[in-house]
Amino acid sequence: MSTRLSKLGRLIDRTKQVSFSFNGTTMRGFAGDTLASALLANDQMMMGRSFKYHRPRGVVASGAEEPNALVGLGEGSRFEPNQRATTTELFEGLSAKSQNHWPNLDFDIGAVNTAFARFLPAGFYYKMFIHPQPFWKHVYEPFIRKSAGLGKAPDAETRDADTYEHFYAFTDVLIIGGGVAGLQAAKAAALTGVKVLLVEQTAHWGGRAPVDGGTIDEGPVDKFVEQIVSELETMDNVTMRLRCMGAGIYDHGYALAYERLTDHAPQVAGPRHRLWRIRAKQIVTATGAIERPLSFAGNDVPGVMLASAMRDYVVNWGVTPGERVVVATNNDDAYRTAITLKNAGVDVLRILDARASGGGALADEVRALGIRVDPGKAIAKVSGGKRVKKVSICNQEGIGGARDEVSCDAVAMSGGWSPVVHLWSHCGGKLIWDDAQAHFRPDPDRPPLGADGAGFVSVAGAANGALALGETLSDANAAGLAAAKAAGGKAKRPKAPLGESAAELPMEPVWLMPANADTPLRVKSWLDFQNDVKVSDVQLAAREGYESVEHTKRYTTLGMATDQGKLSNINGLAILADALNAEIPQVGTTTFRPPYTPISMGAIGGEARGEVFQPIRRTPLHDWHDRNGADWEPVGHWRRPYAYQLPGESVEAAVNREVKNTRENLGLLDASTLGKLIVKGPDAGRFLDMMYTNMMSTLKPGKCRYGLMCSENGFLIDDGVVARIDEDTWLCHTTTGGAERIHAHMEEWLQTEWWDWKVYVANVTEQYAQVAVVGPNARKVLEKLGGMDVSKEALPFMEWRDGQIGGFDCRAYRISFSGELSYEIAVAASRGQAFWDALTEAGKEFGVMPYGTECLHILRAEKGFIMIGDETDGTVIPQDLGLHWALSKKKEDYLGKRAQQRSHMADPDRWKLVGLETVDGSVLPDGAYAVGEGTNANGQRNMIGRVTSTYYSANLDRGIAMGLVKHGPDRMGEVIEIPGTDGKSYKAKIVDPVFFDKDGEKQNV
Amino acid sequence: MKHYSAFAVAREALRSHTGWERAWRSPEPKKRYDVIIVGAGGHGLATAYYLGKNYGIQNVAIIEKGWLGGGNTGRNTTIIRSNYLQDPSAAIYEKSRSLYEHLSQDLNYNLMFSPRGVIMLAQTHHEVRGYQRTAHANALQGVPTEWIGPQRVKELVPIINLEGPRYPVLGGLWQERGGTARHDAVAWGYARACSAMGMDIIQKCEVTGVRQENGRVTGVDTTKGAIECEKLGIVVAGHSGQLAEMAGFRLPLEAVALQALVSEPIKPCMDVVVMANTVHGYMSQSDKGEMVIGGGTDGFNNYTQRGSFHHIEETVRALVETFPMISRLKMLRQWGGIVDMTGDRSPILSKTPLGNCFINGGWGTGGFKAIPGSGWGMAQLMATGHSPLTEAFSLDRFKEGRFIDESVAAGVAH
Ligand SMILES: Cc1cc2nc3c(=O)[nH]c(=O)nc-3n(C[C@H](O)[C@H](O)[C@H](O)COP(=O)(O)OP(=O)(O)OC[C@H]3O[C@@H](n4cnc5c(N)ncnc54)[C@H](O)[C@@H]3O)c2cc1C
Repeated sequence: MSTRLSKLGRLIDRTKQVSFSFNGTTMRGFAGDTLASALLANDQMMMGRSFKYHRPRGVVASGAEEPNALVGLGEGSRFEPNQRATTTELFEGLSAKSQNHWPNLDFDIGAVNTAFARFLPAGFYYKMFIHPQPFWKHVYEPFIRKSAGLGKAPDAETRDADTYEHFYAFTDVLIIGGGVAGLQAAKAAALTGVKVLLVEQTAHWGGRAPVDGGTIDEGPVDKFVEQIVSELETMDNVTMRLRCMGAGIYDHGYALAYERLTDHAPQVAGPRHRLWRIRAKQIVTATGAIERPLSFAGNDVPGVMLASAMRDYVVNWGVTPGERVVVATNNDDAYRTAITLKNAGVDVLRILDARASGGGALADEVRALGIRVDPGKAIAKVSGGKRVKKVSICNQEGIGGARDEVSCDAVAMSGGWSPVVHLWSHCGGKLIWDDAQAHFRPDPDRPPLGADGAGFVSVAGAANGALALGETLSDANAAGLAAAKAAGGKAKRPKAPLGESAAELPMEPVWLMPANADTPLRVKSWLDFQNDVKVSDVQLAAREGYESVEHTKRYTTLGMATDQGKLSNINGLAILADALNAEIPQVGTTTFRPPYTPISMGAIGGEARGEVFQPIRRTPLHDWHDRNGADWEPVGHWRRPYAYQLPGESVEAAVNREVKNTRENLGLLDASTLGKLIVKGPDAGRFLDMMYTNMMSTLKPGKCRYGLMCSENGFLIDDGVVARIDEDTWLCHTTTGGAERIHAHMEEWLQTEWWDWKVYVANVTEQYAQVAVVGPNARKVLEKLGGMDVSKEALPFMEWRDGQIGGFDCRAYRISFSGELSYEIAVAASRGQAFWDALTEAGKEFGVMPYGTECLHILRAEKGFIMIGDETDGTVIPQDLGLHWALSKKKEDYLGKRAQQRSHMADPDRWKLVGLETVDGSVLPDGAYAVGEGTNANGQRNMIGRVTSTYYSANLDRGIAMGLVKHGPDRMGEVIEIPGTDGKSYKAKIVDPVFFDKDGEKQNV
Repeated sequence: MKHYSAFAVAREALRSHTGWERAWRSPEPKKRYDVIIVGAGGHGLATAYYLGKNYGIQNVAIIEKGWLGGGNTGRNTTIIRSNYLQDPSAAIYEKSRSLYEHLSQDLNYNLMFSPRGVIMLAQTHHEVRGYQRTAHANALQGVPTEWIGPQRVKELVPIINLEGPRYPVLGGLWQERGGTARHDAVAWGYARACSAMGMDIIQKCEVTGVRQENGRVTGVDTTKGAIECEKLGIVVAGHSGQLAEMAGFRLPLEAVALQALVSEPIKPCMDVVVMANTVHGYMSQSDKGEMVIGGGTDGFNNYTQRGSFHHIEETVRALVETFPMISRLKMLRQWGGIVDMTGDRSPILSKTPLGNCFINGGWGTGGFKAIPGSGWGMAQLMATGHSPLTEAFSLDRFKEGRFIDESVAAGVAH
């Protein structure tokens, strides 16, 4: 059984008991425990079920690499699936549930999959479930989906109760990993005076070294850690963060770190996670190394654990995973586990050292403690269901015959160490194969390159393959110094502390135990514990031609589990290389992708949730609209009133009322959202002549002109009224949605093509509140307010004046998008509300009413005015819309001119703008197409046109529409057929697009 | 080719699966082929397959610089739909979608085509109108789609938040027979079938030059030597520009990174595929249980097959608003692929200025769904010189201004 020891436990505080629950059972641990150590202390070795076969799974590691011990944490709006018990710090009231089983962890129906395992080898689903065709979606797949997945889905309706935030940090040197290497690298860098940011994913500084023993500068490692941490803490140029994982490294020295602020202390207020977005000149990854499992039959039985993890549990948390332990290894380091266990009073029955020569100095120490060491021996098989019961022992060389048996309750395994090279690799750092230590490590000659072509990531300590304590420290010292120098630090030569640890004999790679294990053993030798990938699966993939390491990975799912193969990848590669008769480095690795361990979506999103996710832009009149019945419509990032509902009124009724009132009396529209770009400079006229199809340079100050803007492909992209303010200043109105886009468009041309033209563009959209005063009474209300002369003579159509109206400084444009007598009046944004109030007050006697966007649309459609985004969609040229008059013939060039001369643009068969009237007066369906005879070569109905805008016009009391129709203008009076998706087919007559006041009498008064 | 079936698996189980053959051979290149296809992605393999199947052209080599299926085919988020707006697009995507329906049986390889349904959310009035337009067009194009209201959206996607504070869900365009398939399996299934027809798939062999004489292609140079051919098909997605340069012409394409990510796996909670274009994000749940997420392309050109984090952030943020429960899921892995974008966001399937040299590329962010249809049309074009499926996608369209613009539905806000 696994149990708490009466001594040891450097990280726990035995005076502080903590109670928590696991699958509903209350248990106790100590402050400083992880969930995994606390569960082990309660003899809960089995913590989950595997993905495919639902096999019992016990904890195998002690940190971020854990593939098995995954739990659902918390409840309701704080529930989170797939949390590693090994990286979950215990707190009072923690509630955890194991996953992927039914009805419970001990008895899981899904475990029948194990019985069928031989029918479910790698890739079985590609070969099965093919017939009958409908069965995949309706029978097989639903079944597979249900049995797959791991944790429960969070509740659909409750919103995450926690908050998240982002930090932006700039530093000279970022050091990832706070083990002794990271600490020493930080110190070496910091002493040169550069800014250093040091992050460590766990809650403690020092990493593995305090567990592994040895001395630094002749003292214990713990003391060194304490000293260097307090030294760094006093340095102004050093920032240190615990519980902060380096998550990813991206181009240009950009790095992400993921800080877990309250996962361990949910009662603390504030954000749960913080995402650090870091710009660093140099990055040092001091991410350590991860021990590899050994591949032997039954290596997935709960109770089989990494030797280093077992040591961690004993030293850090005072917990032993078993009472009678067998150790299997191919290196000296695992002997440390045996020594630790023995010293803690745990029985170590046997050390099986696959190396024929056995171990070195540490082995001698072990023997002196009375532990039996068997060189050249291996585990043939571990027996046990939910817990290790016994180990069968054989020779490492051979197929696993002639076995000796030892009954035990835990197995410590060590297959050597692999540097954590993930972060190095994220941004293109390359690896080399180190034959002596049988692992990949960063190739210092091929680092990730920055914009200047120089490397910006380096590696320190065990992550660099420098595994022995002495080497680790000197390597880290050098790495920290080099990074600081590259980041501009002044060279100081800090001396590396002297690390000393027991001498070790070389490890010998063991990829399969025993070396020639026969099939019955190989089908029970796990590589990927979570995804249930076995040695036999990789061999099958190779046999079937899935030879690329990426093919093997994808075919078998090796390394695709939530641990992303931290334990399984190298072992899998080696098996593949062997099957292909190739060298491991030739086979290569799969790609390392961010994040290093999974990070919450909440953290990625950051603060920008709910109301502040894309904040709504408000005009100065927003609140007034809201108080006065606005039915809101999102337009770009703005909200605009679609219509203003009176109490008890439907939206349609409101629109119809507004439409009639504006034509008969007086309407007010908040036009503040329309884009306003100031274009200024000696070359502004010339520039605008290129941007617009019209001639803008000849416009006289005081006058306005309606302009069209095309893309370089000739398509109409925006329109609006341009006013010339003075000799070198123009004000260009854009559509509401177009302001930022057109501003960027202008800047792009100015910056890339005409960079030598003297022109500035400024977006002043939000500087003004702009009100359209529209209708037969428009002039009356302005005259009543008094000030500027707004008579026909003083302010003719398509002109503007600066002046005062009702005491407000303003600019009045005499322009119209409705065909009515109309003024658009701009005042300073801060005066918008007061001006609007003055208009509504003065307008009372003239029947004033505000109107919304739908009324605006209907009024313009009654007049046959096009709307960008309705009549245009990015494929329409001005010629299609009968806007030839706006295409200047006097200019040599404008954007889109050449494109419009291409053969298809001049094709007489292009669809052209017309008006459409249903024969029965009804409203045409939006977006419907007109059909012609027959079908095309692909069997589709031939289409001859489409509806671009369609409305009910209250003024005309009938449906009106605009559309683009093949040869449309030549077919006036013809009736065409327009099928709806409602099953009806509509008949519409082709008419002139101007439905109302064809001669423009209402506007020119 | 050994037939795959449950029976075959059971039989093999009794002998520890030692009897399985290679899914595809690994041959050395011959001196000459009738047709060489450059690029063993989905489109290249499908082109080869239909050349063999529909036109009996089986002396074919497919040359791949890396591992087959390792380009965008093996990196995409596997959405399959055909509710496109423009006629030529709807034709080729619907042909493709309908081929997917029976492709597992046709190839005897389970591609896990799962027509679980695709919803494209409308979150502005403008989008509502755009999708209603698409629904009208689709009805005439023979593509069954349907405009559905918010309540129906909620029934189909229980985890959706209809009343987001920013963009409420106003409805959606629903294609019931759209869905997903297993991307690797599509490449592998075609590869296995091509190999079985005697075609040579030559992996780890990069094409480094295109040989020509008198304006006609005569072969290619590769890292495994020169290989002759009668006809050449360039089907290399993000590397189209490079191959075109070797063949002596230029393409209106740019290469940008498109990224995707997955969450850790969870039990089934979302059956359909949801695309939210206003906020730039889409999501589905794989058979493994991972939430598969994608968004927009990076804003700069590159070839690195990895992207910047900024896009991931925008996408995730948008989807947390749309599906609040994912806030407490974790991102397991992010990756990128290099997509080849044309100016009108439609592909190029075309003859080229070089005689007997054909090109299939420019599928940009959406070509997985098109693999069978594109292969079908491309094979017809290469074998007969003409295909109604590919006609509109010729290179000439850029000269003539005959664009097939699919970004229309997401045009401008007014
Ligand atoms: C993140 C992401 C998500 C996507 N999501 C979707 C989706 O949901 N739905 C959808 O329909 N589409 C999606 N796509 C798009 C889709 O993946 C691609 O359009 C499609 O896979 C392209 O297939 P292909 O065969 O043309 O290209 P690829 O699969 O890229 O194949 C091209 C092949 O050519 C090879 N090659 C290149 N140069 C040479 C050379 N010189 N010599 C030899 N070989 C060479 C490459 O190695 C590669 O294998 C997505 C793409 C990405 C990147």
